[in-house]
Amino acid sequence: MKQAPTTSTPQPSGQTDRRGFLGVAAAGLAGILLAPGVRLIEIAQAAPANPVTGANPKVRWGMLIDSTKCASGCTDCVTACNTENGLSGGTLPTDSQWIRKIEIKEVKTGKTQSLPMMCQHCAEPPCVDVCPTGASFKRADGIVLVDKHICIGCRYCVMACPYKARSFVHESLSNQKPDVPRGMGTVEGCTLCVHKVDRGESPACVQACSAAGHGAIVFGDLNNPESEISKRVASYATRQIREDLNLDTGVRYIGI
Amino acid sequence: MKITLRQLEGRSAGYYGLLGALALLTGIGLAAAWYMEHHGHIVTGMNNQIVWGLPHVFAVFLVVAASGALNVASMASVFGKTAYKPLAPLSALLALALLVGGLTVLMLDLGRPDRLIVAMTHFNFKSIFALNVILYSGFMGLVVVYLWAMMERRMNPYSSLVGFGAFLWRLALTTGTGSIFGFLIGRQAFGSALMAPLFIVLSLSYGLAVFLLVLLGASHWSRRPLDAAMQARLARLLAIFVATAAYFVLVYHLTNLYFAKQGGLERFLLLEGGLYTTLFWLGQMLLGSLLPLILLLHPRSSQSRAMIVLAALLVILGGMAQMYVTIIGSQAYPLVLFPGHQVSSSFGDGVVSAYAPTLPEWLLGLGGFAMVGVIVVLALKLLGFLPERMDQLADSH
Repeated sequence: MKQAPTTSTPQPSGQTDRRGFLGVAAAGLAGILLAPGVRLIEIAQAAPANPVTGANPKVRWGMLIDSTKCASGCTDCVTACNTENGLSGGTLPTDSQWIRKIEIKEVKTGKTQSLPMMCQHCAEPPCVDVCPTGASFKRADGIVLVDKHICIGCRYCVMACPYKARSFVHESLSNQKPDVPRGMGTVEGCTLCVHKVDRGESPACVQACSAAGHGAIVFGDLNNPESEISKRVASYATRQIREDLNLDTGVRYIGI
Repeated sequence: MKITLRQLEGRSAGYYGLLGALALLTGIGLAAAWYMEHHGHIVTGMNNQIVWGLPHVFAVFLVVAASGALNVASMASVFGKTAYKPLAPLSALLALALLVGGLTVLMLDLGRPDRLIVAMTHFNFKSIFALNVILYSGFMGLVVVYLWAMMERRMNPYSSLVGFGAFLWRLALTTGTGSIFGFLIGRQAFGSALMAPLFIVLSLSYGLAVFLLVLLGASHWSRRPLDAAMQARLARLLAIFVATAAYFVLVYHLTNLYFAKQGGLERFLLLEGGLYTTLFWLGQMLLGSLLPLILLLHPRSSQSRAMIVLAALLVILGGMAQMYVTIIGSQAYPLVLFPGHQVSSSFGDGVVSAYAPTLPEWLLGLGGFAMVGVIVVLALKLLGFLPERMDQLADSH
């Protein structure tokens, strides 16, 4: 090892304080050995202890999608989502798609329908159950999110989601939106535009659908009986996709 | 008979050649993992439809084989078959090495392998993955203690107790591995309590196949001939495990075939799935089950060492095919969101997903196997895991 800076007091020439040198060298070595460990502990503790601070437990955010108003071929909600969240909009199998349009056709009757599919923000989310680190979590107001700081990229949540609502970031990203943290090697999905919702706005897809004049998506608090979404859910026949799984989804559909 | 364990001499060119080749393969595997981590999973064949690819096939195979490799030791410690006792240390060593190899591949295939410390410090106990982290580490600790109890004279009295503990733990461990798939509600091929016992049976068959290969290899190269009666016993045992595994697979598919809603999945896996159908019938069933059964049970071939080696290799190959079909084939078949409807979207709804593993995935997986080899080859030289003589094992009690 090369001479380490040992002490501030000058040493008599030719007389190095060997013990002092050894002491500092040992301390330095210990530092080198311990630093990565300390750094790892920092990383481990970097995750906020309580990521749900601020969400109102009395609220259950949800969406009601009227597929009879959803036009086949219209992708305004998808485009709005991509723009809002900084997604590329690519549709390669490795590209992230937080919301997609599904065209369905009943085999027997030939009846066709179109509807958007995204994270259903389940009350009993399988992605949260299977996540080993707790990175996949549900906020008190029902929004299901991924904590990008503790996601290890195991993709178990992608396997567990019955709706294929999650994407894995396969390559490095640039030009990200400050409100929407993303990262290579982690899993992501519809956040219900949580950054907008927390500002009192509606998700980007809802706004775009409304601006296009379709008004096929209603967003609101499912727990508040006075909200428009609750009133509609109470008066129309609505469905959850894969009701058989009993996940109590926050996204409901009309007309399917 | 007194058992004397003795390490391999390990000074021949063959030994160093083998060790060097395995170390090189391990290094290449690690380099492949670094490449994958640097560029992201875009350099693999995996995508948002097939999220678990070839590395998982290798990793799950190795992890499953690990618990099964301990079986020979359990025969001695738990079931009182003392003839197997001299082979128990090798069995435990293999269990350790296979688990280390499998977990390394699994870990290096994470999107963020650098966050391993997060996986060790943040636990969601409802996740079978999180429980597996504990089951895997606990298993390693227990097997190390077990080895100590077997190989250190003063500790010998405890070897049965620790061996029993390790046996129970390995059952829990493979239950955990099978439940990774068993506890998935959304996928048609999974979500069945059968996955746990199926994986336990598979572990017995994969683990014993690997054990037999290593034992016969070590016996051949160290010139310690293996007792023919012991060889016959192990071969017969492997045949029983292969047959049991095939039975579980049969029940799995019969049950699915009975349910109308599973008809599409079964038609895909058994008839129309292309590569997956071929791997199932040719790989898993013919080469991995039927052929080994014939080789291991036929009066002539079951006496031949070469044929037993071939059978064990086939079981491993068939096992890899089975893991490929189970893990990847089941993801390739589209999730059913709207029964009775044709669906289409930009995200692969309603269509069979394509997947072709790339070179880095192969190298990472093979590197996992090589790492197992490095550990075993080094350990056999450093410590006495093998009995000095193996030609009278079956009569040793």
